[in-house]
Amino acid sequence: MIVNLERFIAEERVHWDRLEAVLDRLALDHWHTLTLEDARELERLYQRASADLARLATFSAEPETRRHLEGLVARGYAEVHGGKSETTRFRVWPWLAKTLPQTFRRRSRAFVFAVVVTMIGVIFGGLAVAFDPGAKEVIMPFGHLLGDPSERVAKEEAATGNELDGRKARFSGELMTHNTRVTLTAVALGMSWGVGTLILIFYNGVILGAVAVDYVMAGETVFLLGWLLPHGVIEIPAILVGGQSGFVLAGALLGRGQSQRLAGRLRAVMPDVVTLCFGAAVMLVWAGIVESFLSQYHQPVIPYAVKIAFGTIEGAALVWYLTRAGRSGNKETRA
Amino acid sequence: MSAERTHRFHVRTPEGVAFSFRLASPLLRLMALMVDWMAVTAAWSLLATIIGVLSIVSRDIAGMVGVVSYFLLSQGYRIAAEWLWRGQTLGKKVMRLRVVDERGLRITFGQIALRNLLRFVDVLPAAYFVGGTAALFSRRGQRLGDLAAGTLVVWEPIEAAPDLASLPSGKYNSLRAHLPVVARLRQAVSPEEARVAWQALARRERFDALARVQLFAELAEHFRTLTPMPAEAVDGVSDEQFVRNVVEVLYLGRG
Repeated sequence: MIVNLERFIAEERVHWDRLEAVLDRLALDHWHTLTLEDARELERLYQRASADLARLATFSAEPETRRHLEGLVARGYAEVHGGKSETTRFRVWPWLAKTLPQTFRRRSRAFVFAVVVTMIGVIFGGLAVAFDPGAKEVIMPFGHLLGDPSERVAKEEAATGNELDGRKARFSGELMTHNTRVTLTAVALGMSWGVGTLILIFYNGVILGAVAVDYVMAGETVFLLGWLLPHGVIEIPAILVGGQSGFVLAGALLGRGQSQRLAGRLRAVMPDVVTLCFGAAVMLVWAGIVESFLSQYHQPVIPYAVKIAFGTIEGAALVWYLTRAGRSGNKETRA
Repeated sequence: MSAERTHRFHVRTPEGVAFSFRLASPLLRLMALMVDWMAVTAAWSLLATIIGVLSIVSRDIAGMVGVVSYFLLSQGYRIAAEWLWRGQTLGKKVMRLRVVDERGLRITFGQIALRNLLRFVDVLPAAYFVGGTAALFSRRGQRLGDLAAGTLVVWEPIEAAPDLASLPSGKYNSLRAHLPVVARLRQAVSPEEARVAWQALARRERFDALARVQLFAELAEHFRTLTPMPAEAVDGVSDEQFVRNVVEVLYLGRG
């Protein structure tokens, strides 16, 4: 028991102020690394403040001092017991070269699931348009996809290539932000136990299948490949990565075959979900630029062979990146 | 760790010490959201003016910068602010709210990013209906983003210290001569009780005479039951003076 409270507080306040100074210094820089000596001092001061709080807790009519000390102990607890994560400064290149592809591979089952759902959607959309031309009006989200493909091809090929002049950059910005919104919504809908993500990814597949079959049946396969491949080989996988992220989240919510509690499961997948989100966003920035500056130009402005070759190289590079990048012979590390 | 009531969240450390967070009410969070919305709108007005200057060089580039900047500002502002200001945005600072880890540990960038990215579902179908409903039904007031990220929004109000200088001082305090009684009172009286007693003293002139007598009689009676008092500490001391003596010894040398 504290006999003289005034004296106790006066003596201990020096140590509380010291602890506060250390915590303030840490708060200024998220990646500040303590020296061994500083870390020992922090722990010593934190232990002392904890003991003081335990002793002062009985003196409940000293609320301001107690609340101040409680706040210090709470901050000290967060630093002393929660210090493992984020001790290294974020670096773009290691994140791109290692963290993102490794995370993608670690969660590849969710990606495969997203691909399967999309493929089912593609088949559904393709069959719907093949057997019921009226389905186009229901399925297609954009007006310019409702017309006859051959008429559109003729119109596009007659264009001089100057139609987007003066608004290409803005158009690419609109594509980036719109697609990123859709992808992040697919991720967030993972919180509906994956049902929302599944519907969004399936619908995306339906549109893709309907457009593809519509143009193939009209004999415009080359135009279709030249139009979609340059940006689609990045954009579609980006949306699938968003779906993958949403399904990872849903998997943690469902917890099938996992012994951890819900909070623990969500905590375990969180870094991967965030990494995949930002990965998808980066891919969509690239896809937006390509779609605006390349995909909208058709033969004779840019020959289809060039566009298809560009898309194929991009696709191969993406496959290599996602399946091989970050494998340096070492065991893959957790993000 | 436990959440004994809906408005408070307790953490017990391995050192055996407990501290608690006061959970933010949906109303406070809504007000913080509105302040943030105003901040984003104001920042966008400023940014749009600067981007407008860029259009002198190229309207197209200015258009792209505008579209992307607005997206980054509206979606990235909260992530950046909560990361830089340790769980606070401008709105949260104004309303004295903070995002904390639900275990009391240091909040990570991943948590901040995820809770904000999941706003895309919390805002559905409009006006944060999904997030608001989840928060109302959640024991800890968590929207879906908070549930996924393992975060809480807490309220950190500043409670002004009682201004005991406003009370007439200089009177003899019969309790000061009895240190064991003072020590026991400081242990037995809760912060809320101490504050009520101080408030009663601060407002004493505003009470009706009868109400004032009754109030201080009740307070004095309550404090007397907390610990045995020597006769010389209470004899000849009015109820109001006794309560004043108690408040003075509770708040150390501030009285």
